[in-house]
Amino acid sequence: MRFPGTPIGPLDYHRRLPLRLILISSLIFLYLPILTLVAFSFNDSRRNIVWHGFTLKYYQKAFADSELMLAFGNSLSIALFSTLISTVLGTMAGYLLWRFRFGGKTALEGTLAMPIVIPEICMGVAMMAFVARIGWPQDLPWPLNLSAITAAHIAFCFPFAAIVIRARMESFNRQLAEAARDLGATEFQTFRDVVAPHMKPGIVAGALLGFTLSLDDFVITFFTSGPNSITFPVKIYSMVRFSVTPEVNAASTILIILTVALTAIALRIQRRYPIAGV
Amino acid sequence: MASQISQDTIIRIEGVSKKFGRLQAVDNVSMEIKRGEFFALVGPSGCGKTTLLRLLAGFETPDAGRILIEGRDMTGVTANHRPVNMLFQSYAIFPHMNVETNVSYGLKIARRPRDEIMARTEEALGLVKLSGYEKSHPDELSGGQRQRVALARALVMRPAVLLLDEPLSALDAKLREAMQLEMVHLQKTVGITFLIVTHDQSEALSMAGRIAVMHQGSVRQIAPPGELYEAPNCRFVADFIGKINLFEGTARPADQPGRVRVHTEKLGILELQGDAEGSVTLAVRPEKIIISHEPGGLEGQISLHGTVMDIAYFGGHSKLFIDIGAGQPLMAEITNSNRNGGPRVAPGDRVRCGWRAVDTLLLTE
Amino acid sequence: MEPWRKAPAVFVANLLPPAAWLGVFFVLPLSLLWLYSFGDKVGITGIDINWTLANYARAADPLYLGILIKSVWIAGAATLTCLMIGLPVALAISFAPRHVQPWLLLLIILPFWTNLLIRTYALIAVLRTNGHVNYVLEWLWSAGDGLLNLIGLGGYQILGTGFTPWSLLYNDAAVVTGLVYVHLPFMVLPLYAALYRLDRSLIEASLDLGAGHLRTFFYVIAPLVLPGIASGVIITFIPALGAYLTPDLLGGTDSQMIANVIERQFKAANDWPFGSALSFLLMYITFFGLAVRSLLAGRRGGGVSA
Repeated sequence: MRFPGTPIGPLDYHRRLPLRLILISSLIFLYLPILTLVAFSFNDSRRNIVWHGFTLKYYQKAFADSELMLAFGNSLSIALFSTLISTVLGTMAGYLLWRFRFGGKTALEGTLAMPIVIPEICMGVAMMAFVARIGWPQDLPWPLNLSAITAAHIAFCFPFAAIVIRARMESFNRQLAEAARDLGATEFQTFRDVVAPHMKPGIVAGALLGFTLSLDDFVITFFTSGPNSITFPVKIYSMVRFSVTPEVNAASTILIILTVALTAIALRIQRRYPIAGV
Repeated sequence: MASQISQDTIIRIEGVSKKFGRLQAVDNVSMEIKRGEFFALVGPSGCGKTTLLRLLAGFETPDAGRILIEGRDMTGVTANHRPVNMLFQSYAIFPHMNVETNVSYGLKIARRPRDEIMARTEEALGLVKLSGYEKSHPDELSGGQRQRVALARALVMRPAVLLLDEPLSALDAKLREAMQLEMVHLQKTVGITFLIVTHDQSEALSMAGRIAVMHQGSVRQIAPPGELYEAPNCRFVADFIGKINLFEGTARPADQPGRVRVHTEKLGILELQGDAEGSVTLAVRPEKIIISHEPGGLEGQISLHGTVMDIAYFGGHSKLFIDIGAGQPLMAEITNSNRNGGPRVAPGDRVRCGWRAVDTLLLTE
Repeated sequence: MEPWRKAPAVFVANLLPPAAWLGVFFVLPLSLLWLYSFGDKVGITGIDINWTLANYARAADPLYLGILIKSVWIAGAATLTCLMIGLPVALAISFAPRHVQPWLLLLIILPFWTNLLIRTYALIAVLRTNGHVNYVLEWLWSAGDGLLNLIGLGGYQILGTGFTPWSLLYNDAAVVTGLVYVHLPFMVLPLYAALYRLDRSLIEASLDLGAGHLRTFFYVIAPLVLPGIASGVIITFIPALGAYLTPDLLGGTDSQMIANVIERQFKAANDWPFGSALSFLLMYITFFGLAVRSLLAGRRGGGVSA
């Protein structure tokens, strides 16, 4: 333990000036653009460079923009569906890998890790080719028009959930399950009463992770979405390509606040269960 | 500056204090360590002994006071420029280097000539009986061997003082005893001043020439082992070093000068050599107590009657716990000198416990 | 762990749904892409899979080879910059007081949870010709100019006749900046993990034996956290190499990377077989990098891996 006011010890690297300067400038580099973006979404000027006063008019504009709101709704729906399914699939996969020994396990683990490690562009174009090849219907009614994107999102979200849940299960004492069986519990009762309560924080963390990943994804969605299934990031992308405007700042800020809020919830849960994975 | 310090003082600590937050780890400590000494710092965990060692090594900076090593003020001198080397509790063997490169690391840093590095490394490894292990990887060594590597790595630097931080705590009991002897022997061979930190008082007693007992950041007593054991200067030292029976009492000067009368609840009124007034503690070591079945006292003896509660057998000796009425049971030690005699006492026996008045310690603090 | 035969029903029930989903919506699309990479374009949308290697051969065309080399170069520059920033940052964090460390780490990771597109957009707003950086530079220029006028040197026009905004966007430097901005957490986390696990007494032992901080860093710290450094370099380089959005939004016409070429094949150029071949080349590079990483992590040597 080190305390301010005491002389700098030989191993107090964090208190040496050059290191401190690099750390602080890195944090400025990371945060200044985002904070500027948020701040200027409230700026009462189109020029977007000098502060003219506080306004919420760009938020009003953003909320009045039906295309933007439709995209927002699409994003939330996709995130919700893919979180639901990927949490179930992730729990199954995580539990399976934690509990069983079987032939081809390494292959399954490798395949499961693939959506996480391969470049997004590859998965995006593969999904695009797949949708085109099997002739996935394009003009289905809502929410079925989002099904292709949702399927792709689940494919890359549930491996994350599986990893988090498996990491959580590492801290589970297998003898607890054996004790439950010894006391007469069935397979299902053991899972429900002993395994699941331990797994819970992992499941919640995996679900929140999946929601954020789905909400944030641009590249894979960009290649899978059709004209009827624009998501929020894809919509912002088309706005960004056009120009830097306070409306884009406002729309971006909404998404930032949403993800920061989700992360905060995830962290609170993590703190309540300090050994939950991630 | 150096002139006022006697030639055989190698470390001089002057009023050193160190605080961690609100915790006063080292509180105004002053002491001197002599050249060629085997000196031990003992105390319970958290007493500040390790912090003091780290202050000497230069890993911590004192808030107040100064440290002189070989007459040189160490204020502002960083760890890598101090003439001391450390044997770390975890040994801190560099895992990416073999035995030889570990031992020669410091000499290479000091840019010594290649021949000298080789010769000194070989000599140091010979000293710790690790010749032939030059190319071994740290993973392949046992705990004891790793410790020898760490020892060689520090000794090869020929430091003014070798600082040893709980060096034996990671070894098993048997190996520890062997290493204690070997370290004492090694220290005599190389003639380097050893300063060892340990929480194990018996280790300090068996190895060191002089011991400093620390408690709550300050030094309570500095003395050779025998003096520390037989003449502790305070209740803390008496209790920390070895086992002891303590009795609370009140002292008043006796009629004769240089003697006091002490009133205690359990022992009655005693007249002892010493000088004290007010509340005092009387102490007696368990092995000083003589147990007998015959009632009545002897001349010049303090005598108590009690019932044997428990007997703990230790092989060579046994410890008796004797109920003497209220409070803590009295602890006494008997030697099992007769193989077939069986225990001379059994639980439940009424016995008389006596000891010579001169074996009673009068503690004022 | 128990063998699956002990509870086959549970095993199958838990295996089938995830495996099926992964098979249909991941393995199948990728396999299709793989097949396409050996095909020829027929008409506007048709693809004739005739096991030709022409698409892979075309990647060696100077034009595409140049882009591939440039991609490696840009990703490499971004990785090196991340390492140069990330190492001192990770060092500072791992030696900070225990209760501060999670918060500092959180500060480094938090931007990662913000949408990639939004972060890139934020960078554009700051770096563009009439963005905040140029605004500050212009202010500095006029302040400097005013100062020169004040001391009587105004007539010499040392700073030029007027302020010209710096072109901070739409070039390679902008892409590197953007990649560093996005990937810094990838570098800091493994470095921190390695430094955190490093036994402090090893550093102290090195100092104790006479080495200064610089030599301690190169002889003791760096070799021991080398697996962490390698891990950080690889997991920063891989996504940087496959980056699509950053070069798309921040790069100029000549700072396109492989991902942008792939996108063009699938959208504007409509040459799916070639795009598929490029995708698989990119994936092979990725797998190679990951294999190197796991090889390094598995190697003995007492190092501290991430």
